[in-house]
Amino acid sequence: MARAWVFGDGISTDLLAPGNKLKLDPPELARHCMTAIEPEFPNLVSHGDIVFAGRNFGQGSSREQAAVSLKLLGVGAVFAQSFARIFYRNALNLGLPIFDFADVAEFSAGDHVDLDLDHGTLRNKSTKKSYDIQPLPGELMEIVKAGGLINYLEKQFNTAL
Amino acid sequence: MIRPATMAEKLIARAAGLASVTPGQIVTANVDLAFAHDSSGPRRWAPHLEKLGVGLWDPARVAIVTDHYVPATDADSAAILKTTRDFAREYEVEKFFDMIGICHLVLPENGLMRPGEFVAGGDSHSPTGGAFGAYVAGYGATDMVGIVATGKTWIRVPETIRIELDGKLPRGVVAKDVMLKLCREVGLDNAFCAFEFGGRAVEAMTMQERMVLSNMTAELGGEAGLIAPDDTTFEFLRDRGKPVLDEAKSLGFAPDSDARYLQRKRFDMAAMVPQVAAPHSPDNTDNVESFSSVRVDQAYVGACVGAKLSDLQMVAKVLKGRKVANHVRLLVAPASQDVMRKASADGTIQTLVDAGAKIMPTGCGACAGMGAGILSDGDVCISSTNRNFQGRMGHSGASVYLGSPYTTAASAVVGRIADPRDLMEMT
Ligand code: SF4
Repeated sequence: MARAWVFGDGISTDLLAPGNKLKLDPPELARHCMTAIEPEFPNLVSHGDIVFAGRNFGQGSSREQAAVSLKLLGVGAVFAQSFARIFYRNALNLGLPIFDFADVAEFSAGDHVDLDLDHGTLRNKSTKKSYDIQPLPGELMEIVKAGGLINYLEKQFNTAL
Repeated sequence: MIRPATMAEKLIARAAGLASVTPGQIVTANVDLAFAHDSSGPRRWAPHLEKLGVGLWDPARVAIVTDHYVPATDADSAAILKTTRDFAREYEVEKFFDMIGICHLVLPENGLMRPGEFVAGGDSHSPTGGAFGAYVAGYGATDMVGIVATGKTWIRVPETIRIELDGKLPRGVVAKDVMLKLCREVGLDNAFCAFEFGGRAVEAMTMQERMVLSNMTAELGGEAGLIAPDDTTFEFLRDRGKPVLDEAKSLGFAPDSDARYLQRKRFDMAAMVPQVAAPHSPDNTDNVESFSSVRVDQAYVGACVGAKLSDLQMVAKVLKGRKVANHVRLLVAPASQDVMRKASADGTIQTLVDAGAKIMPTGCGACAGMGAGILSDGDVCISSTNRNFQGRMGHSGASVYLGSPYTTAASAVVGRIADPRDLMEMT
């Protein structure tokens, strides 16, 4: 059962992938994701869980490891009021679905949630409310579904051959 | 009737082959030029390209510049440079600029930033090229792999923030001061926005000064920092033997007068005074006089933003007939070989050396803490660079203050952060 994790504004790439841990291998680095403010996050987050957050999610450096860490921990998607540009691009390119979402305040930590990417719906089973999510347009959705830009390109180049 | 459009909207529409675009819309843009440097480029691209089994979509539209690790200072940086050179040869990249200078200056010097074009850069200060009326944004490594493999990228059409710089800049106040002020006034959190700079003060600026506005759009969090092409733009390119073929068409990329902006902000340049950003953020800005008690150990003139020919000339103007204070080391890393050549020819370098400046190799140098001239714990530095995040220029215990080339030079002479206007009035 997927659950909601709720964070505030300005979650930085330093929180997601601390600079002084960048030399670690990605799975090791992911063990430090968000621990500065949520020490148990890497231990308790489970596959398909959804992160909700406020404004300017992913601000700071251009390091792709920020999105990689969330993906490696199994986070199914991030819904935030806004995203920093390079994080936004990196996340989609790495196959992590992310959505601009105004109603973040209607979610509480631990809510049971259900995301249906194909139909573009997000359900909060705890409050019994449903939300339409703006679908990612054509190519972007395909990139995310392929698991990221490199996989997507691999498929494209292979079918082109 | 096509709807009125900002520069960003016009440039993206052209790149996407559409009549018009709307903010928020996601389109696929055809890339006219993709570039990267030794840190962001080949060493990150090669493994992915090999995995995909493809080459560059068009080697003639890819430019590679070595600037971050030059000249090599250890075995690791030497290896990175070798990887870069091998890649350029193997993938037949003819636009390979090896140790010629910093990418954001070398490309315009070679006529590669052209009005109307869509350029993807593997560096966060890529918006610099927007000064030429090109849409130039920065991308992460995976993004760039996609771009150099396919020649395309998706882009979410940004909202535009229009910055109007009215009036005339007073003596001793320059584009760098304007941008430090804007970091404070507009903030660093403007993701997915394009900036457009216009107004009398921008029209009066040289290309070198306009590039400062576009360069530091990166600090504002903006995707692009656009300036409408005009005679100044055309002349710069003509001087370098790369004239714009269709000037009338280039002029058409100027924004429509009734374009829709997210915000419009006006600033009166006549009221501007030199600005300094204190550690550890470019928006930690105040008037220079607030910092007059700060004693400096190092003054650094460098980076894509602060070591162009005009920047070195500003430094020379302050230093002429003066000496750098005894306890200060003044390091000058010219941004390109072309700058070095011209600054040597016109006597600028002589003036700097006479005053006690140390001339460093061209390249990014100490700006990102990679090259020569980095700081130790407790060092205080006044710098003509663009970023002062903690630890950027070396030790995390160092303090970096950002200022204009004038302010950096004046501080080197006085030994404390100093208002350059005080020294300039005496000359
Ligand atoms: S000079 Fe500094 S800011 Fe400019 S490209 Fe090099 S490292 Fe980046």
